[in-house]
Amino acid sequence: MVATEQYVGSPVLRKEDAKLLTGQGNFVDNQSMAGMVWMALVRPPHVHATIQSIDTAAAASMPGVVGVYTAADLETAFPAALPMVWPITEDIKIPTHWPLTKDKIRFAGDAVAVVVAETREQAEDAAEMVTVSASDLPAVTDLEEAATDEVVIHEDLGTNVVVHWSHGGGGDQSVFDSAPVIVQERFTQPRLIPNAIEPRGCLAYGSPAAGEFTLVSATQIPHICRVGLSIATGVPQSKLRIIAPDVGGGFGSKLNVYAEEALALALTRSIGRPVKWIETRPENYVATIHGRGVLHDCTLAGTEDGEIQGMKFVELADMGAYFQLLTPGIPELGGWVYMGPYDTKAYWYEFKGIITNATPTDAYRGAGRPEATFVIERLVDAYARRIGMDPADVRRKNFLPPSAEAFASVMGLSIDSANYEPTFDRALELAEYDQMRKEQQARRDRGDTKQLGIGLSSYIEMCGLAPSEILGALRYVAGGWDAAEIECRPDGKVVVRTGTSPHGQGHETSWSQIVADGLGVTPDDVEVLHGDTSVSRLGMDTYGSRSASVGAEAVARALEKVRAKARTIAAHELEVAEDDLEWTDGAFRVSGAPDKARTIPELAASAWHAHALPADMEPMLEGTAVWDPPNFTWPGGTHICVVEVDTETGKTDIMRYVAVDDCGNVINPMIVEGQVQGGVAQGVAEALYEEALYDESGNLMSSSMTQYLVPTAVEIPSITQDRTVTPSTTNSLGVKGIGEAGTIASPPAVVNAVIDAVSHLGVSHIDKPASPERVWRAIRDAQGGAA
Amino acid sequence: MTNVSVTVNGQSREADVEPRTLLVYFLRETLGLTGTNVGCDTSTCGSCTVLVDGESVKSCTMLAAQADGRDVTTIEAMAHGDTMHPIQDAFHRNHGLQCGYCTPGMVMAAASYLQENPTPTEEDVREALEGNLCRCTGYQNIVKSILDAAGSMSGAPETTRA
Amino acid sequence: MIPAAFEYARAESIDHAIELLGGADDAKILAGGHSLLPLMKTRLAQPSLLVDISRIGDLSYVREDGDMVAIGALTRHHDVANSELLQQVAPIVADTASRIGDPQVRHVGTIGGSIAHADPAGDMGTVMVALGAQFAISAAAGATRTVAAGDFFQGLFQADLAANEVLTEIRVPKTSGGWSYLKFNRRAIDWAMVGVAAVQQNGSAAVALTNMGETPLRAAGVEEALAGGADPATASARADEGAAPPSDAFGSAEYRREVSKVLVRRALEETLG
Ligand SMILES: Cc1cc2nc3c(=O)[nH]c(=O)nc-3n(C[C@H](O)[C@H](O)[C@H](O)COP(=O)(O)OP(=O)(O)OC[C@H]3O[C@@H](n4cnc5c(N)ncnc54)[C@H](O)[C@@H]3O)c2cc1C
Ligand code: FES
Ligand code: FES
Repeated sequence: MVATEQYVGSPVLRKEDAKLLTGQGNFVDNQSMAGMVWMALVRPPHVHATIQSIDTAAAASMPGVVGVYTAADLETAFPAALPMVWPITEDIKIPTHWPLTKDKIRFAGDAVAVVVAETREQAEDAAEMVTVSASDLPAVTDLEEAATDEVVIHEDLGTNVVVHWSHGGGGDQSVFDSAPVIVQERFTQPRLIPNAIEPRGCLAYGSPAAGEFTLVSATQIPHICRVGLSIATGVPQSKLRIIAPDVGGGFGSKLNVYAEEALALALTRSIGRPVKWIETRPENYVATIHGRGVLHDCTLAGTEDGEIQGMKFVELADMGAYFQLLTPGIPELGGWVYMGPYDTKAYWYEFKGIITNATPTDAYRGAGRPEATFVIERLVDAYARRIGMDPADVRRKNFLPPSAEAFASVMGLSIDSANYEPTFDRALELAEYDQMRKEQQARRDRGDTKQLGIGLSSYIEMCGLAPSEILGALRYVAGGWDAAEIECRPDGKVVVRTGTSPHGQGHETSWSQIVADGLGVTPDDVEVLHGDTSVSRLGMDTYGSRSASVGAEAVARALEKVRAKARTIAAHELEVAEDDLEWTDGAFRVSGAPDKARTIPELAASAWHAHALPADMEPMLEGTAVWDPPNFTWPGGTHICVVEVDTETGKTDIMRYVAVDDCGNVINPMIVEGQVQGGVAQGVAEALYEEALYDESGNLMSSSMTQYLVPTAVEIPSITQDRTVTPSTTNSLGVKGIGEAGTIASPPAVVNAVIDAVSHLGVSHIDKPASPERVWRAIRDAQGGAA
Repeated sequence: MTNVSVTVNGQSREADVEPRTLLVYFLRETLGLTGTNVGCDTSTCGSCTVLVDGESVKSCTMLAAQADGRDVTTIEAMAHGDTMHPIQDAFHRNHGLQCGYCTPGMVMAAASYLQENPTPTEEDVREALEGNLCRCTGYQNIVKSILDAAGSMSGAPETTRA
Repeated sequence: MIPAAFEYARAESIDHAIELLGGADDAKILAGGHSLLPLMKTRLAQPSLLVDISRIGDLSYVREDGDMVAIGALTRHHDVANSELLQQVAPIVADTASRIGDPQVRHVGTIGGSIAHADPAGDMGTVMVALGAQFAISAAAGATRTVAAGDFFQGLFQADLAANEVLTEIRVPKTSGGWSYLKFNRRAIDWAMVGVAAVQQNGSAAVALTNMGETPLRAAGVEEALAGGADPATASARADEGAAPPSDAFGSAEYRREVSKVLVRRALEETLG
């Protein structure tokens, strides 16, 4: 059928939904195989300890147990340790990270043994029977304490301070001494637990005789996993297939190459039976990466009348006990946006990465950029308070000027396009900013128990990872390209293979909108395949809001190749020159004789039977593109939060939340809005509820969903949304990326609002999350200790 | 072993299971009904919500033996052939799901709740979902979906996407 | 996570339950399982036998009994919350039940299990203490006894209830005056960080606290102050007298003390008008 509708830009309902809504999702835990055995890991109740002995005998004799393995038993299974692919400096010290630890336990998730048994229950029962004798060492989970090296966690490295990266600065650094106003603040941001609702899990199987293996894994990155797991297990990439089935959310937590994946592969290779592992939630809390965990000393240099002259940030970042895939690179990812949307003259950013006795940190939704945006936006508010200006006026005064073209920024990279003020104005309008200020004043005048606060957050982010050349310069070991293949079947249907690996983002729908427009078919005619290295051969997967700007752009480029070939065939069949054809109403038509036409389905059939193709043309109407972007993309926007704070208990309720984002052109507004809603919810959670708390001995206190406060529908507000559109100059689609914007923008908007609500009581600082107790303490302290 | 006999989605199913078998694993592993998910192990997330005698229950916090002789409905029985249940349809039309992992639990919780209160307000719906976590959607479109479903199930005009 | 293995038996009657319980060393009653199973899944509890009492007929009811209302131990939170009788004559009980856990929990968890579990963060125990409820307990050889709520809670997860006894009925007095149960938590699904139950009683009020010690606590200082004519604002300053609140991921003991004062004042304002 010939479609004339324009699909890109409209809220096409998702193709993904039907199976997920009816319980037909294909999550890894839904898969089982004949002969399958279960794997359970032994994670002893130690945080930092030297292992004396591991007794597996009792476990090995339990019913159903196939084997119990320690690092010593698997010595030959792993030719290399687990990969870390971002050695950001030349002198970075890299802790060796084996799937099972050998000599020492360095964090609560460090596994010492793995049990394989016939059933899930038997594996769990036997894992309990493995006894480990280990002598405890002092545990350090505090960043500054770890940085003193009083307790060194990896003796071979000689220090916990394993990396120091400096941006090197931009602009005139003398303003930090000479500016009329210098604001200095210190901000801590706790560790966060990503909490995809589907825990991790994997199923490994294959043929030891053929040396071929497949790993089905709840991962965001099948293609990168293939490379990483090949290194760790020695299975050549050509014999290793990774399948990401339906994946129940990731947020960065499944952007990794994990010990359990390597173990399942190694064990299926040695046992010859399919091996399955499903993470429990408490296990997820210690063994899956955490995010954030940073401490910033910040300086803002400015004038008395609100002109920002310099911004400087010195960070300590908690790496955890080992590096996971990208650990040391995460702070650096933020290192390019510490000026926010502001036209600062001077820029400085550096960080030190510190090893601690806690779960490794890595990319959690936003990865580096929320950390940056939080401190910038808190600092700007502190500056506004200092000089007695409205925080909205300070922001407006300092925005970078609009530009439809890419332009150089003080931090050294080029920004693809910018227009921040209209976005800002729209947010103020939707939030009824002036009216809210009046309401706030009225409540202050009345001395109400419940006070109103208004918080602003203007942000930019760097996403669309990434130009391979820049990644190379930043010492990332892989590239940032992505790929797409489009295959037009003779029945008029189209198969698209994308290198992105969605897990909730709706790529099947969005990509098919692009293809439908380009080929004159409907989105339902297009099947988008992904998440299997044997199906989508080429790709770099889904993270860093890269899928649209890199992956969808690859689809658009493959589409151009298909259309070019189709045009050649059409011209050949219609016996006209290619230039005489125009694309109208979903078909190539002869100019002036629109009835002489060929649709893509017709041309696909011609190319398939190949009975009469132009000379030298290969059969099949298909096209492949591998796209390496020339630049990042740089979305931006302003979020405004209005809160009500109970000044007696410190409890905050969100009254209103406005998000106005500019992510360039939009393929599917419904999906874009959904991404922002989910992102904001995660940011609100970060601002008010969530933190991974450790006790003095380094044990995680917030060790399950009952103590780690993932908010419910009661706490999360409905938000008011709008967009402005400043197309990206990085790609032909003009898209920028929206997966992380909500999480990047919202934490400072909310925390600024909470502080604003009680600032008249003398409060100028509250740490994140702004829990009722923290707010109550801040008020009490500001009032001189009398609550 | 203990004998469990349950009516699941209208069919009577029987099996000998270990007493410790949780209803969710009985459904998923003994009966192969994998639509019901497990998300938390602490009775918090609601991914595992099914109906027992028509009411929402966290199937990870009930022994299969406790469900013996009772009537269990899972997500697999909500649609009739190609026709989705109005709640499922509303989730589709309102983009009430992203990764879809929490979704079966959300749909079942909503089904139970709308029987108790067919004409809820937004606040009612939010409170009714206090036992179901979603990490993707920020709940906004889930709440919208359920309000929309309530409208269409009670015959009122459907609210369309804003 | 899966509980460690155990035996399972279904009791046909209260006496049968008591007999079964006597037959194993570490047998446990299973009512709704919504406190017990989460503990068993983490393997913090590993009973060898579960005696499922949920099928015993006639332990799920709410009925008038003179000046009292009798509630069967197996009555689910959902049914307590929706009992028209309770809504009319002991509304604090119905309202509190409607705020326990979430709808799914309320569809399974029972009032008897809630009370027997003696969790200091549980809501119902506090309300029972404020109301001066009576608990009927059956023991071996057909023996029965009645315990006042104020005497029942003995320590952390410890009640005046032997391993082979069954709590069968909860009796609460009808109330006619004001009441309030305030539950302070971070998330809707969380247990009370602090809870306050207040019930009007001949011009004054009975006040009890949730999660301010190892058991539900009577706020004796507040009650004394009220009896002495103090207004809510003054009386509430004594809310944490004798309390020993925990410090945990939700809040410090110091903070809980302060919150208890604010909540007691607010609860009293609601209760006493
Ligand atoms: C996610 C979640 C959230 C919750 N939130 C709250 C909350 O906010 N507030 C709150 O108060 N509660 C909360 N609860 C607990 C809930 O109220 C439980 O239902 C209740 O505590 C136990 O009731 P049950 O019938 O499930 O008892 P079970 O779990 O079956 O039993 C609990 C204990 O009591 C014993 N027992 C049970 N019945 C009897 C009896 N008749 N005689 C003698 N002993 C008996 C059992 O042996 C066991 O030791 C929550 C539970 C969950 C899972
Ligand atoms: S899996 Fe049952 S509540 Fe989370
Ligand atoms: S849609 Fe992913 S958890 Fe709800």
